[in-house]
Amino acid sequence: MSLQDRLNELKATVLTQINDTKHLDLLNEIRVNTLGKKGPITEVLRGMKDLSAEERPVIGAFANEIRDLLKDALEVKKAELETLALNAQLAAEQIDVSLPGANFEPGHAHVIQQIIEQLEDQFLGMGYQIAEGPEVEEDKYNFEMMNLPKDHPARDMQDTFYITPEILMRTQTSPVQARTMEKHDFTQGALKMISPGRVYRRDTDDATHSHQFHQVEGLVIDKHITMADLKGTLLKVAQELFGEKHQIRLRPSYFPFTEPSVEVDVSWNDVDENTKPEDIEWIEVLGAGMVHPNVLKMAGVDPEVYGGFAFGLGPDRFAMLKYGVDDIRNFYLNDVRFLSQFK
Amino acid sequence: MKVSLNWLKEYLEITGDPNVLAERIARTSVEVEDVTQPGAGMSGVVVAKVMSVKPHPDSDHMVITQVDAGEDDLIQIVTGAPNVAEGQLVILAKHNSRIANGQKIKKGKLRGVASNGMLCALQELGFDEKVSPKDFEDGIWVFNENDGVKPGDDALVALGMDDFIFEMGITPNRADMLSMNGTAWEVGAMLNQTPTLPTVQLVENGSKATSELISATADEQLAPKYKVRMIENVTVQDSPLWLQRKLWNVGMRPINNIVDITNYALMTFGQPMHAFDYDKLTTKQLGVRLATAGETLVTLDGEQRDLRADQDIVITDGATPIMLAGVMGGQSTEIDANSTTIVLEAANFNPRNIRSSARRHDLHSEASQRFERGIDWNATEQALDFAAQLIAELGNGQVQPGVVVATDTAQAKVEVAVTLSRINHVLGLNLTVADITTIFAQLQFPTQVADETFTVTIPSRRWDISIPADLIEEIARMYGYDNIPATLPVTTATVGKLTYKQQVIRKSRHFLESLGLNQAISYGLTTDEKAQMFTLDATANITKLDYPMTQERTATRMSLVTGLLDDVAYNVARKQQDVALYEQGRVFYRFGDAVRPTEVEHIAGAIAGKFGRDTWQGKAKEVDFYTAKGLVAAYLNQFDFVAPISYQPSAEFKEMHPGRTAAIFVGEQVVGFVGQVHPTIAKAFKIKATYVFELDLQLLLDLAKNDRGYEAISKFPGMSRDIAILVDENVAYTQIAEIIRENGGQHLVDIDLFDVYQGSNVAEGKKSLAFTLTYQDVNKTLVEEEVNSAFTDVVTALEEQLTAEIR
Repeated sequence: MSLQDRLNELKATVLTQINDTKHLDLLNEIRVNTLGKKGPITEVLRGMKDLSAEERPVIGAFANEIRDLLKDALEVKKAELETLALNAQLAAEQIDVSLPGANFEPGHAHVIQQIIEQLEDQFLGMGYQIAEGPEVEEDKYNFEMMNLPKDHPARDMQDTFYITPEILMRTQTSPVQARTMEKHDFTQGALKMISPGRVYRRDTDDATHSHQFHQVEGLVIDKHITMADLKGTLLKVAQELFGEKHQIRLRPSYFPFTEPSVEVDVSWNDVDENTKPEDIEWIEVLGAGMVHPNVLKMAGVDPEVYGGFAFGLGPDRFAMLKYGVDDIRNFYLNDVRFLSQFK
Repeated sequence: MKVSLNWLKEYLEITGDPNVLAERIARTSVEVEDVTQPGAGMSGVVVAKVMSVKPHPDSDHMVITQVDAGEDDLIQIVTGAPNVAEGQLVILAKHNSRIANGQKIKKGKLRGVASNGMLCALQELGFDEKVSPKDFEDGIWVFNENDGVKPGDDALVALGMDDFIFEMGITPNRADMLSMNGTAWEVGAMLNQTPTLPTVQLVENGSKATSELISATADEQLAPKYKVRMIENVTVQDSPLWLQRKLWNVGMRPINNIVDITNYALMTFGQPMHAFDYDKLTTKQLGVRLATAGETLVTLDGEQRDLRADQDIVITDGATPIMLAGVMGGQSTEIDANSTTIVLEAANFNPRNIRSSARRHDLHSEASQRFERGIDWNATEQALDFAAQLIAELGNGQVQPGVVVATDTAQAKVEVAVTLSRINHVLGLNLTVADITTIFAQLQFPTQVADETFTVTIPSRRWDISIPADLIEEIARMYGYDNIPATLPVTTATVGKLTYKQQVIRKSRHFLESLGLNQAISYGLTTDEKAQMFTLDATANITKLDYPMTQERTATRMSLVTGLLDDVAYNVARKQQDVALYEQGRVFYRFGDAVRPTEVEHIAGAIAGKFGRDTWQGKAKEVDFYTAKGLVAAYLNQFDFVAPISYQPSAEFKEMHPGRTAAIFVGEQVVGFVGQVHPTIAKAFKIKATYVFELDLQLLLDLAKNDRGYEAISKFPGMSRDIAILVDENVAYTQIAEIIRENGGQHLVDIDLFDVYQGSNVAEGKKSLAFTLTYQDVNKTLVEEEVNSAFTDVVTALEEQLTAEIR
């Protein structure tokens, strides 16, 4: 048999073998047996030394052609078998992805904290600082510097837990305003602050009253602060907490530390230019006003030069409104089923 | 304060929907909490005359009446009313009528006798017990012949139930609106009308000058105004319907003509008044002074009051107190059915004294409410004349000539000036002089304008106004808050930023939440006992409330853990066994003689039951000491302390399990504790095994250096060796770890404990621990020999120092 015939026969046999193979290791065996150093092609090539100078390149080229052809066939088959094997593996590895994942349960911030933090972020963004002060306060800061001298009838609005006649559980976070104003260097610019925190009132706990609750009060003092600025700021607050489409309205009210004083209502429903006034449901959410000249004077600020606004709101009340919580005591009893709802 | 719209209509022209007016009042002056019409939903209720009363054949408490309701035929009504009598004008709810609470009246048979409706008491028309005249509590309402009603009249109109009642939330500054006159001025300003207020045509036709009958003295400080009039030959009787109607519609119970008139004057002018029975005065010398020690007084409500020496103002007749001035009259001189000579007092008392009397005696009367907040300085005499004249008219008596005046202090005229620029500057508006002038004219404030400055003379009815800001408020509310634009403040730039402490507190909260703890906010006030539990500072004292409201809240907390245990208990009681909570807040430490406590930021946690929950992949672990310690360790790892953190067994915390509690140290400083709550305490709280920690957050902040540097990551491979050792069971882990660290050589970078074992295969009294030691050199690849030699050192040290057996 000529070398050529042997090569042709080899080609046919190996191609059949490749075609019939179903395992990668057998395929590898075929590759080694056929193309390896001891394989038939090498052998053919080795036998070329007996050929004539004319035949040699012809057979050589033919042998290389066969080798390349078989190499390609092996590669193709290998890829094919690999794909099959992978598919088989993937099929075997299939799991029920609908089963629940491993359990990671992070805790949550208290709903009141969430509201406070939301407000803090909003006011930080508007260049306010967050001021703090003691919960056990002096009467002086809690009342007197807020223009509520002893025996002022408005003290009745805030029943107070006293420690001594001069020391009390703060009934509002406004004393923080007095303390901050007293320290602020107005030559360095405006004072813009909010003071979130716990406050206490001498009240019997029931669904709508709590002897402990929270307040966030705000204060802006500078040379050119107007009531329109107050209204604009409060509109931002209301829209932050209730949504962009909510509106506010101001109504006259009374607080000893502001003049004029207003009560602020926010619309429970969305309001746009087509909403009829009688269709708006207003709910009372906060109190505000222009800082009373006496409050400025007592904090050492000249009311002829400086002025500004103050406001106060209750995160507890906001949370009750926003989430429909019908009992304020829920906030302080810390039932885990209650807490974990506010994600 | 209740305002009757019909009454207001006597002073002003008011038309249109009462709710629209209420809304306007709410936006301009004070809150209107409610608008109600007492007779709303009722119908078919008429005035009827009882023509005959016959016994009921089958009932001993019911009678059969024939009544004339202005129709062609009489109507037969069976009634159980005890006071029904022939000739009375009564209220008839006809067949198919509706009375209070939507109740429908239909004809029917009562014990076999036809009844075509019902004779009504006021309560059946929805009258509050508190305002129904006393005489008719046990029977039907009977009109007086002089009331001007006739059979067939709409009884709801006759009784004033067609009126609209505005429930006003009067703020302390607007005490002027605690009267109909004040309300009329306010609403008049809104409607741009001048109210037509009541005037007095006084006829002094009594037999003797008042000054001949009585004298009065007062201290100007206690009673800057004190005036008395007298009326003689008075008949005490029911007030006419028009007066009773007015009173009950503003929430006052008609008593008799004299008392009713003083209440009427009070409601009209806002001037509290009092009537004494002249014949009951022991001397005819009225005095106003402070109570002295040991004095008592029985007030009109029948209570004996211990008067507070030098604090309560009293009216005396000679020596004895007969009235708690400005608050409530005394029983001894009360007007009764036989009174004929009336002493009428109109005064103005020191608001501070009245406020303290009302508070201390818990007696908040219509009078005290007004004196506390102030009354119209110039209305006293007018109200006195008004009431005296009306008593004469409705009591068929005569007003004695002249007023006895003990004090009549004048008050200076109040003028307040404000500039146009100031007004616009504060409100953010561009109002003109004309705009402002119009508003002051509406308010009827006499105003002079010069150079854009308004000088306003404040009427005595508006004693709340004294500074420019007060006038600016008047302008703002009359102009309308709705008309003020919404802008944001333009100031010099300010930086809005959390302080370092605020940042750390925020991060701390978020971190503990991510570990699976829910944030709790517990009560800051607790019992004395609980306040002092779990405190980190044994030298701190408790801070107690002076006058607590309940036994549950008497002092400020000195730890957060106590509140968290209350929370755990609340959950456990509600079948929630798995609790993982943290709290961040302040504790209150009072040191030495300080009255005010130092407030320290703390952070604490409490875990009980299982941490996480059972899943198909495995059961959740019951929490233990190491769960709590792990949480604390992870948290403390957030800080960059100079000194090392260590946990040392501690029995110092008496509310904690003595064998399962560690004091947490940063260097030499105790910063908190972690451990199991003492079983006795847990039992007292009614909770199961609970693990807690509490840390002084302020100390952590002070100790953290906050300058964590970068450590290079080695490019060379590390090597590790495992070692298992057997030691006495009382050898602490930290002891072993310390020996390993000391003898580990310079390349030992990590010691990881991966097993602790006691039990079978381990000798009694011994325990086995297994560690992985990791070696690393940042500069080169470690060679086997170096590591082997370092490891041998560790082995030797453990064997020598702990007589450890290497396994």
